[in-house]
Amino acid sequence: MDNKNFGILIVDDEQIVRESLYRWFIEDGFRVETAENGADALRKLQKSSFDIAFVDIRMPGMDGLELQRRIKEIDKSISIIIITAFASVESAVRALKEGAYDYVTKPIDPDELSHIVSNIINQKKLMLENIQLKQKIEDLSQVEEIVGESPQIKKVFELILTVAKTDTTVLIRGESGTGKELVAKAIHANSSRKYFPIIPVNCGALNDNLLESELFGHERGAFTGAQYRRKGKFEMADGGTIFFDEIGNVSEKLQVDLLRVLETKQFTRLGGEQLINVDVRIICATNRDLEQAVKEGKFREDLYYRLNVFTIFLPPLRERKSDIPILVEHFIKKYSQVMSKPIMKIDPDALDVLMRYDWPGNVRELANAIERAMVIGKPPAIKKEDLPFQLLSNGVDKPLSDSLEEIERAHILKILNQCDWNITRSAEILGIDRATLYNKINKYKLR
Amino acid sequence: MHIEILGARYNKYINIDNLCKNVSNVFGLEVKFKKIVLDFGLAFDPHRLQYYSTKLLELIINSGNLNNDRKSIILTDLDLFVPILTYVFGEAELNGKAAIASSHRLHNEYYGLPRNDELLQSRIEKEIIHELGHTFGLIHCSDNFCVMHSSSYVEDIDLKYSDFCKECRKIYNSL
Repeated sequence: MDNKNFGILIVDDEQIVRESLYRWFIEDGFRVETAENGADALRKLQKSSFDIAFVDIRMPGMDGLELQRRIKEIDKSISIIIITAFASVESAVRALKEGAYDYVTKPIDPDELSHIVSNIINQKKLMLENIQLKQKIEDLSQVEEIVGESPQIKKVFELILTVAKTDTTVLIRGESGTGKELVAKAIHANSSRKYFPIIPVNCGALNDNLLESELFGHERGAFTGAQYRRKGKFEMADGGTIFFDEIGNVSEKLQVDLLRVLETKQFTRLGGEQLINVDVRIICATNRDLEQAVKEGKFREDLYYRLNVFTIFLPPLRERKSDIPILVEHFIKKYSQVMSKPIMKIDPDALDVLMRYDWPGNVRELANAIERAMVIGKPPAIKKEDLPFQLLSNGVDKPLSDSLEEIERAHILKILNQCDWNITRSAEILGIDRATLYNKINKYKLR
Repeated sequence: MHIEILGARYNKYINIDNLCKNVSNVFGLEVKFKKIVLDFGLAFDPHRLQYYSTKLLELIINSGNLNNDRKSIILTDLDLFVPILTYVFGEAELNGKAAIASSHRLHNEYYGLPRNDELLQSRIEKEIIHELGHTFGLIHCSDNFCVMHSSSYVEDIDLKYSDFCKECRKIYNSL
């Protein structure tokens, strides 16, 4: 902030004081204005903004304390410095209690004046920097939008917003490609930890030893090749969130270590003795049947209960097919910008193919299909023949399995989606009453 | 354009020739020295036992002796003040014709330290260059080592060079 952008208002009924301070601050390059009384000061405040106001506590008419109150009503960010004679220090203290930045007694020590003003300038610069940095972080941490309007995805949005404000451990479950990492990022971005990092750990990508060192860090010489001390992901996530993807793939040994950290929030680096405390929020994701893994003894029951505090189920795309058109529109817009290609829509028969497909790879598969179609397709629209072969050959509404229950579940869901989850209409089409339909929705966990 | 230093009750230990030479080097202008008599009584505050610098400046400005080809600065050893501040080392008309600088608080004896004429000479030179800089329209500089940096303590003055920083020099040269 350049001094010339910094406004100082001097309010004093004595011309000599106004002129002295005016000359003093003009030499510093500030924008300076003077006012001989409270009313004059308020008029000037309406016309232009100031960062500092020097206000004489004793003035005829509106006194300094009253003027301070009125100034704060107009602009809370102004730093007010009360000018007082030694005799009125008590009133100056009252002014401080009511929000004045400081007070100076007449005559003012030039050094004191310089210090007060430079302190205010530094404070304002820091505040401005802080706002700018926060904005930058918010821009950088903008989470990719989770797209959808189906009741299932709306429920997910609700859960994200509910749990984000807490520090609760979250377990995100869903098939591969449903967007579990997006949900984790959305929880972090909506939490009070958003100015700290979210550190992802892919538990399926690293072997046991590497994962241990990645998570907890290591001391110099902890193992061959450990030439330097290194911080682990837990330390890097301090203040923020750590996201364990594919938590179901963690080995039994690491499960024990993780459980200890979850319980104590303490750990030691590999090869180290010093206990390190961290403040992290844990979010995990898995596409595995953890309950089955617990039954089979492959996943510790105590860790399961530690992680399974708040669970968000991400529905597979085939269970929220009503979101396909809006997702397609979203991906077309996204890739059209990235590729600078003016394809803005999809032909109805191509969309029909997408609606009939099962999407085992979920939203990720849909995004890839659209990206591919955008590459080979020609403006203005994606055509049926631009879609991947497997979609075209498999583009029938085939059942997921031969089980009667699966067929019933898929059919009910299809009708519900067709009717936008209008229960009465769906029940009519299905030829059952509303209560039965509700029972089946609960039985198949459709909502 | 030239500079005129007006000595009025100034400190006898100041080397006037060196002062003129060094000020001349900084501004690239001829510097003349003249002793004058001012009615200091008009600016004297009997309660504070100090002299009101703005009034002394007015005395010079209203004397009719100033003109556009000249920047004039009063050199004095009297203790200066402006009513709202406890003291000032000097004062200047920003972008004007006149300034005033005092050596009163620049000598070591004022702070109970042994006399040091060399230090006094250096401090008054910087103060005179600083105030004259204001008369050329220069404002305070954020560079601690620039002569145009604002100084409330002698220690701040000692830290500065007796010359403009690159930025201030650029501004001065463009005038």
